[in-house]
Amino acid sequence: MFGKLGLDDIPYHEPIIVVTAIVMALGGLAIIGVLTYFKKWKWLWTEWLTSIDHKKLGIMYFLVALVMLLRGFADAIMMRTQQALAAGGAEGYLPPEHYDQIFTAHGVIMIFFVAMPMVIGLMNLVVPLQIGARDVAFPFMNNLSFWLFVAGVVLTMISLLIGEYGKTGWLAYAPLSGIQYSPGVGVDYWIWGLQISGIGTTLTGINFFVTILKMRTKGMTLFRMPIFTWTSLCANILIIASFPILTATIALLTLDRYLGMHFFTNDMGGNMMMYVNLIWAWGHPEVYILILPAFGVFSEVIATFAKKRLFGYNTMVWATACITVLSFVVWLHHFFTMGAGANVNAFFGIATMIIAIPTGVKIFNWLFTMYRGRLEFTSPVLWTLGFIITFTIGGMTGVMLAVPGANFVLHNSLFVIAHFHNVIIGGVVFGMLAGLTYWFPKAFGFTLDEKWGKRSFWCWITGFYLAFMPLYILSFYGAVRRMQSYANADWQPLMIVAWFGAVLILCGIACTVIQFIVSIRDREKNADITGDPWDARTLEWSTSSPAPFYNFAHLPNVGSVDAFWEAKKEKGMAADKPTQYEDIHMPKNTVAGPIIGLISIAFGFALVWHIWWLAGVSAIGMFVAFMFRVFNDDIDYYVPAAEVERIEREHHKRLEMQA
Amino acid sequence: MTTQTVNQHDAHAHDEHEHHDAGAMKVFGFWVYLMSDLVIFGSLFATYAVLMNGTAGGPSGADIFELPLILVSTFLLLFSSFTYGMAVLAMHADRVAQVKGWLGITFLLGAGFIGLEIYEFHHLIAEGFGPDRSAFLSSFFTLVGTHGLHVTFGLIWMLVMIVQLYTKGLNDKTRPRIMCLSLFWHFLDIVWICVFTFVYLMGVL
Amino acid sequence: MRIKKNLGWLGVLPLIAVLLSGCDAALVDPKGQIGVELKSLIITAFWLMMIVVIPVIIMTVVFAWKYRHSNHAAKYMPDWAHSNKIEAVVWLVPCVIILFLGIITWKTSHSLDPHKPLAPKGETMEVQVVALDWKWLFIYPKQGIATVNEVAMPVDVPVHFRVTSASVMNSFFIPTLGSQIYAMAGMDNDVYLVANEAGVYAGKSSNYSGKGFAEMTFDALALPQDDFDAWVEKVRESPKTLTFNGSYQELAEPSTDHPVEYFSDVTPNLYGKIIKSFKGGNGQGEHGEGHGETTMSAEAAE
Repeated sequence: MFGKLGLDDIPYHEPIIVVTAIVMALGGLAIIGVLTYFKKWKWLWTEWLTSIDHKKLGIMYFLVALVMLLRGFADAIMMRTQQALAAGGAEGYLPPEHYDQIFTAHGVIMIFFVAMPMVIGLMNLVVPLQIGARDVAFPFMNNLSFWLFVAGVVLTMISLLIGEYGKTGWLAYAPLSGIQYSPGVGVDYWIWGLQISGIGTTLTGINFFVTILKMRTKGMTLFRMPIFTWTSLCANILIIASFPILTATIALLTLDRYLGMHFFTNDMGGNMMMYVNLIWAWGHPEVYILILPAFGVFSEVIATFAKKRLFGYNTMVWATACITVLSFVVWLHHFFTMGAGANVNAFFGIATMIIAIPTGVKIFNWLFTMYRGRLEFTSPVLWTLGFIITFTIGGMTGVMLAVPGANFVLHNSLFVIAHFHNVIIGGVVFGMLAGLTYWFPKAFGFTLDEKWGKRSFWCWITGFYLAFMPLYILSFYGAVRRMQSYANADWQPLMIVAWFGAVLILCGIACTVIQFIVSIRDREKNADITGDPWDARTLEWSTSSPAPFYNFAHLPNVGSVDAFWEAKKEKGMAADKPTQYEDIHMPKNTVAGPIIGLISIAFGFALVWHIWWLAGVSAIGMFVAFMFRVFNDDIDYYVPAAEVERIEREHHKRLEMQA
Repeated sequence: MTTQTVNQHDAHAHDEHEHHDAGAMKVFGFWVYLMSDLVIFGSLFATYAVLMNGTAGGPSGADIFELPLILVSTFLLLFSSFTYGMAVLAMHADRVAQVKGWLGITFLLGAGFIGLEIYEFHHLIAEGFGPDRSAFLSSFFTLVGTHGLHVTFGLIWMLVMIVQLYTKGLNDKTRPRIMCLSLFWHFLDIVWICVFTFVYLMGVL
Repeated sequence: MRIKKNLGWLGVLPLIAVLLSGCDAALVDPKGQIGVELKSLIITAFWLMMIVVIPVIIMTVVFAWKYRHSNHAAKYMPDWAHSNKIEAVVWLVPCVIILFLGIITWKTSHSLDPHKPLAPKGETMEVQVVALDWKWLFIYPKQGIATVNEVAMPVDVPVHFRVTSASVMNSFFIPTLGSQIYAMAGMDNDVYLVANEAGVYAGKSSNYSGKGFAEMTFDALALPQDDFDAWVEKVRESPKTLTFNGSYQELAEPSTDHPVEYFSDVTPNLYGKIIKSFKGGNGQGEHGEGHGETTMSAEAAE
């Protein structure tokens, strides 16, 4: 009836988990309480959960990502604490049983459920506005993608309370992740959490690829698109081309585990090297999916706050395209030590280094955007400056790792850990936090508190260096990754320094939380009346803040890069007041999206625990819900011109009062 | 902030144009999806190529492939692509009844293909040569089976389209869907040609 | 508003690094020729990258400061966004650096290829390595002995380590001596290393392999020839022997923090038998002779 699930699978004797469960329950109850007290359930359902509005979906993606950042970071600080304690024979407080789940979950959560949704969230919020469109190409699919992602999150969080998580590292290498060496449910949670949310991501890739290519407003040729849209386009191409590899690979592992097949087993002809190749053929493009949009954010931010055109627009585009293509021919650098011959290793090493060239070009372009500009040191600019320095260092260590010989002694050492945190934190996290600050007013109608934003930045950047520079040093002394404990007590002082770094980053996160609270409290004071709080350059700033649900009353006509900036120069700040409004064709909300997403949680859970009847029922349920959608003709409507006019006039009134 | 306003269905001149565009965009989006599907098959082909010699003392392709059977199923599938093409022609000519007819024939041919595949798989498993016997058999069953699963989804889709033709007829929602299914069906045909060539033919030669 | 980030901390850390140098200093102070060459390679790559990194950091700080909003003395050219000269430099300089590094990469990938012998066969000692859960088995085919979690080698004698696993993927790694190589079941990987200075060096797996991973360490003893011979004799005195169908199967059972063990006698070709046991049915195509996985070329072509 319940498959493999039994009462023993609930870890009620693990204090850390029990405390976490209580905290989560209290948090959940608080939210339910607030929603009930303020009678906001219907509002939540109609305005948010069933919304197909790309702006709302973007906000929800980012919100979930921030919550998961807390979980992922809790994992991080637990690991740092363990490594600060478990020196020279000491066991620390986390036995391998737990430590190994924690480092696995930390990686999975940070990449799949923090970084990816932040990137996708920003793309959702910004791209249609930047290209002068009213929504994405396939709004229902957009909603479905979001709920499939949520399903992955929920499954992963459930693993904390029922059963266990994988103890394999975030990529679950075979044969350790096979059924023989990981007989528990941990790897199965990993499989279904990623498989379900991965489908959502692939659909997003298709959605945005079509949106950017087919829904740009009149006059916006490809080479007049904002750079953030360009980087999003490239990231989505990477998603379309790489995520299916992940889907296939996880499916093969699933077949090994569930049906006793021999893709990656030790014997019967299986080849675990195939797993490594496949997973990294996805894995390397994945990190570029994360970093390219971050690069896009920095391009927008630096041009805006230097009050100067982005230097080398065309080069930026070509460099991004080069990086996109090259990212597919470097995957072997993740396993130089697996034993391929010198020719193969050298080829992949050189290919990897070549990527450094367009990346370096971009960095110089950002620097020359500042040159002879008028730079305002807002917090997005601080994140950008911190990024340029930090990412460059991280990129350097990456090129060092790309030399196969060097890699032979650095592979799987703390050098690798330090390197990828260097580029992911310095690049992706800083970029996402800059983007969050930059586009927050567009989403909510008021700016974030600058003081707490800057405090967050300083905590993050000093915390980062304190946490990760020691790891570079330790790697030179032979320290490897994923160590629950280590024999050499001489390493402990640096591990303690790293712990302090993590604590500083925690302060940075706390500053962001406080920033939200303070900003909401001060939202009237920091209201963005004009819709253009930064005197910016691209189309999204021509709408009100927040933008109306239809984005543009009239689809703009574009004549150059930085279309909005040019328009402002010509006509001044006051927007045109057109006399003619038209009905606008908009999609309706969808119930099928959240329902399919919800059922997929049951589907995944059932498969994890081998509750076959539930898996079958869920599959049928998802199919039926989808059929309801497919047969539903009432999926769109027209916003009357009068309504559009009313909304626009209100915005113009506020603009006039401001001026 | 955003508010959902009252629903009004006005027929505007540019509305038709918009819907046509929406249909074209759906087809384009489906092409893109097919590219991602191609990557899945590519991964499975690569896996097959690497693991096909991992027979672990069990049978190899030459031992188990029955070319006559595969020839029949290949013709079934190829012919079904032709009949689907006829369905699309009928759709362009607005002949709903013919569309339903051709779709029905395509369905039967496709079902025949699946039936033969199920027979082949069942036969192999009964002899002890199931996908759990060796890496070669795992990758064979998975590659061919994934194609078969896609065809099965296509068949279900085909049934849904036939139902929709009855309930809605040919309109600007059903037309793009029939076009997308057409792309899907022909795509699966092409994948099958690759399977037929690289797995069966080259396995036996 | 100051933009200078806290470079101060970076200064303290090398100090701490120096404090660590009393112990096994691994990559910082390698004790074998391979390790020495790898260290020099890392340092070369580092300084080549610094040609770009240092100017970038300086430019970031200088540009941000000079062109800050409040500095009205600085020139402001809001529409200047292109310069062929700058483009040429920022493309060419990295290209040249990568060209250099690329040539170095090509050369060292070959010269430091783990599979490349360091001396003729007659002058190389063979040690076969089996990664188990969670310990390391070392078989000396010529001497007919085996040990667990302790490997010894004569100073200045190149060692041909043949590496496999009887469990999940591990990575055989003695940081102070040089390159690591993956240990995989059913496969015969290899790496050539040499110790040029006597000492005891830490060895470990660098690829996470499960519960006992952290304690899956071993000692690598580099001994003068006489001491090495004495060590072999010491192992030969052990009452324990390692048989494929008997004591080896027991040894292969999972255990953590496994103590050092000596075996005075070993089933002939135990290593080959272990590899073969993962082939299932007749082994196909692979001979155990110093090569890694034959399927690699198929993947590389992928």
